Amino acid sequence: MHVSVQTEDFDIAIEIGKLTHNRKDIGAIATFTGLVRDIHGDKKIRKLTLEHFPEMATKELEKIARLANDRWPLQGISIIHRYGELLPGDNIVLVVTTSQHREAAFEAAQFVMDWLKTDAPFWKKEETPEGVHWVAAKTEDDDKKDRW
Amino acid sequence: MNLLYFAMIRESIGKSSETIDLPDHVKSVSGLLTYLESKGDNYISAFAQDDLIRVAVNQEYVGLNHAVTNADEIAIFPPMTGG
Repeated sequence: MHVSVQTEDFDIAIEIGKLTHNRKDIGAIATFTGLVRDIHGDKKIRKLTLEHFPEMATKELEKIARLANDRWPLQGISIIHRYGELLPGDNIVLVVTTSQHREAAFEAAQFVMDWLKTDAPFWKKEETPEGVHWVAAKTEDDDKKDRW
Repeated sequence: MNLLYFAMIRESIGKSSETIDLPDHVKSVSGLLTYLESKGDNYISAFAQDDLIRVAVNQEYVGLNHAVTNADEIAIFPPMTGG
């Protein structure tokens, strides 16, 4: 289990390599990458700033990784979440899950993202040509978490 | 008691953290929010929308009825928008 909250970018191939190194028993790898878009609704996004609660962010991501690990037969799980100032096209978040079979890898990665959206203490602030504002939380994100 | 504020709440209050002496009569998270609102308009506007407030006591999410003591670290913030 690997969790990191960092400003630096990540490399998906390197992160997959950390989970597969010296192993021949892995049958499935699922990855999810979240990126900064240059458009949100009808607003053009120039910059995204991610604020976080440092101690708690790591703790919550570890908790979510443990929940996924308890629920699916995973061989490995990695969650990386960036914070600070990001530009359109930049990576925000990475989830990698490995398992013998695809269902567990797919489902666990989706579970992690749905939980992370509502439970990891990060807040997005968007800069548009009209000004700067905090992104509002979506109630549908709560619904997505609750389905698990 | 150590208080931490994040995101929109931090900006409304005008600081990211502060240490206060919790009055004896304040026993819960909601009591704490009411007490803080008596300190100034910036707190009133920060906590204006109940449904947009989340609280963690010693880094665990809690509800508004959760107990608080002077030894706690209380973080107050809006709903999360990571990922």
